Amino acid sequence: MIAKNQIHTAAPSANPFMPEQMRIVRRYDLTSDVRFFQVRPMDMERALTFANKPGQFMMISLPGVGEAPFSISSTPSRPGMLEFCIRKVGRLTDQLFKYKENSIIGVRGPYGNGFPLEKMIGKDNLIVVGGLGAAPLRSLLLYILDNRDQFGKFYFLHGAKTPDEMLFRKEFFEIKERDDLKCLLTVDDDPTGSWPFQKGRVTNLFGKIEGLDPDNTYATVCGPPVMYKYVIAEFLKLGIPKHQVLMTLERRMHCGIGKCGHCAIGSIYTCLDGPVFSYWDVLHMKDLI
Amino acid sequence: MKALKLKKGDMYTYLESLKSYGELWGPVSRGDKYVYGKLDNVRDVALEALRTIIPPKKFFVPPRFNMFRYSDNKFTETFEDIKPRVLFGLHPCDIHGIMILDELFLDRFPDPYYKKRREATAIIGLSCTPDDKCMARSTNTHAVEGGFDLAFNELDEDYLVWVGSSLGDDLVRLNIDLFSEDINTGDLQKYLAWRRKRNARYKLNFDLTGMPDIMELSWDSSLWQELADRCLACGSCSMVCPTCNCYNVRDVSDLSLSSGVRERYWDSCMNMEYALVAGGHNFREARAERLKLWYTHKLKAFITEYGKPSCIGCGRCIDTCPVNINVAEVIRSLQGQEVKV
Repeated sequence: MIAKNQIHTAAPSANPFMPEQMRIVRRYDLTSDVRFFQVRPMDMERALTFANKPGQFMMISLPGVGEAPFSISSTPSRPGMLEFCIRKVGRLTDQLFKYKENSIIGVRGPYGNGFPLEKMIGKDNLIVVGGLGAAPLRSLLLYILDNRDQFGKFYFLHGAKTPDEMLFRKEFFEIKERDDLKCLLTVDDDPTGSWPFQKGRVTNLFGKIEGLDPDNTYATVCGPPVMYKYVIAEFLKLGIPKHQVLMTLERRMHCGIGKCGHCAIGSIYTCLDGPVFSYWDVLHMKDLI
Repeated sequence: MKALKLKKGDMYTYLESLKSYGELWGPVSRGDKYVYGKLDNVRDVALEALRTIIPPKKFFVPPRFNMFRYSDNKFTETFEDIKPRVLFGLHPCDIHGIMILDELFLDRFPDPYYKKRREATAIIGLSCTPDDKCMARSTNTHAVEGGFDLAFNELDEDYLVWVGSSLGDDLVRLNIDLFSEDINTGDLQKYLAWRRKRNARYKLNFDLTGMPDIMELSWDSSLWQELADRCLACGSCSMVCPTCNCYNVRDVSDLSLSSGVRERYWDSCMNMEYALVAGGHNFREARAERLKLWYTHKLKAFITEYGKPSCIGCGRCIDTCPVNINVAEVIRSLQGQEVKV
């Protein structure tokens, strides 16, 4: 006769769906409807060791309201603080704008592939931003500037509708003064006559690009949907290979870890396999943009 | 794999013994349909049942459950209603369905809500006789070699019982005296004859060769719009599909408004708001786009990722869709139509 066995039970495991408490350390308006948030984990050691890649995102939770994905605007080269640049555009952000400094929010992440820094290092880089596209690309911009000697030539092209709608105006004006990159800023319109630089579409700035080695250049774009077609055409005109043209995509997400299904595109999940994709990905995966 | 024999007459006695592991659930009849119900009386079990209305996914990903409680900005995880259970009477296709969910929920970033329920649940398979809506032979999910703790196979007066896991071995030992290890050549012949006879009963067959390529080449086909013109976007296909796993979350506050729960509940890509983002942009506004996503998941994406479709051929979409859009019809239409690239 065989003896009866003890039946095993489940062991506890870490839960990736649980938000972590973080404190809003500072917040201020960048424009009339876009606000900048500096957020820090409650534990200082955790805050200082927190590591994200440029191009990744976090899920922000407001208890009683819900949860949504947001690009990280800060760079891991400046540890201690997580920064977000958030437009007041829906139910969750309406509430988030009511949160004051020192309020506690729930945050989990970072998620997503981020930019392929290991491939971009040593290469020339060209970043093109339109409007709110600064939110995810500021992370890459600051990362390259903080590790400037690891990268080749660097162009940063920025377009906004009007001077008032330009995000990070003071910061980008200061970057424009640096001589270790070429920073070109433009606005479509200047109703108050306060804009000191060139006016017109961001694509007009491409004429000032010179000396890039296209085969060794990564070109990254983020902005309103209408912008992509024209900017990508300029990248291709420069001779930059399609797989070195990068963009970061938005989708509805409820988990960030490939479970809820909402960001599925073909056989990939935007949250796991993206949000950073190349123009080649876009061409060969239908439905991406 | 270890195999044993159990006399059919001892089935009810054995089912009763399983209750010492946990709650016993199995197919029971509801009108002319079947559902997985709790077997308070083991004689309620419907051994003849084919597909249940809702697949066994409801035990691992309940239609609605709480993920955590929040109170004054503190988050406390909750694992409610997780208890040891025995699911009896799962057919091979449904076991394949669970194995597909395992890939999704236990692979990268394991989902603790799924994992805990899965680990607390014993799975006992039961062989079945297909009807005219079963497609499992075409999806190669008509037999199981794993994914169960025990599997009962038809053998005239007996069941041939495969022991598929260490837990399965534990379950046999709950009433070891009922089982015999004496499996002879005659039993083997009966088992093979039964399997051949069963295979021949699959009437709804299709060929999945090159299905991802067919989907790719049919991306701009008018078929999607034709189907969308009929589709009611009711989402029933997602509710009954054993491998549909999309969900939404929402916070439900108590009356105090300072505390509440985050709830996770089934969603369907057929719903209008499925890909709607803040600001009002909808990435899948057209019904045809959403239908295409549903079928991309079943017939293309999963094959690309895991080498098999995420359709297990259970026939629930055939049984359920009010306008007769289902896997069999979509496959046939895709294969028969003119290809537009």
